[in-house]
Amino acid sequence: MEMVWLISALALAGLGTLLILLAAVGVLRMPDVYMRMQVASKASTLGAALVLVGAAVGLGDSPAAVRAAVAIVFLCITTPVGAHLLGRSAARKGVPFSEETRRDPAEFDQPAEAE
Amino acid sequence: MTLSDFPWALTAAHTLLAVLGAAMVCSAVRLLRGPSLPDRVVALDLLVIAAVAVAAILAWVYRQPALIDLAVLLALTAFISTVALAWYMERSRP
Repeated sequence: MEMVWLISALALAGLGTLLILLAAVGVLRMPDVYMRMQVASKASTLGAALVLVGAAVGLGDSPAAVRAAVAIVFLCITTPVGAHLLGRSAARKGVPFSEETRRDPAEFDQPAEAE
Repeated sequence: MTLSDFPWALTAAHTLLAVLGAAMVCSAVRLLRGPSLPDRVVALDLLVIAAVAVAAILAWVYRQPALIDLAVLLALTAFISTVALAWYMERSRP
């Protein structure tokens, strides 16, 4: 029974690690800031959540599990917000899109509204 | 259920740490040669998320549940720094 928990924790952590590695390779290889941003925000969020679940399963006590759940909820809330803010400021700053992007970037050209 | 009772599991966890190190090297390369500032911020964000995963695996391997708190704090710091850098980029003149 111990072995089942150990193997499941290793499988979860291994899957999450693989996703984070894929996100890093995507950040290195993608041609555009925006594509890099979507790779880095989605795959790495799921990867870190899986690694945290695996660590909580492996540790096996409830305070660690609660704190890992808090970390997962926090990551799932904040990472899309951060990626959205970063993408908006990059588009307004005028960072060029890739050649393969079809959308007209001219509509992002208005300056940030004053507050 | 200590991990050190199973040497193969300890080896597997160390392999996971090595793979995470390779991911951190990939995003550090993008951090160093990113053509624009948002590239570098994205690479830094991914670097900190890989560090969250490293802290979680270390908490499991060495049975230190306090390292999970380190993971929470790293995620918090990454979000705040991303928001601050995005705000700075939006306000600065190109």
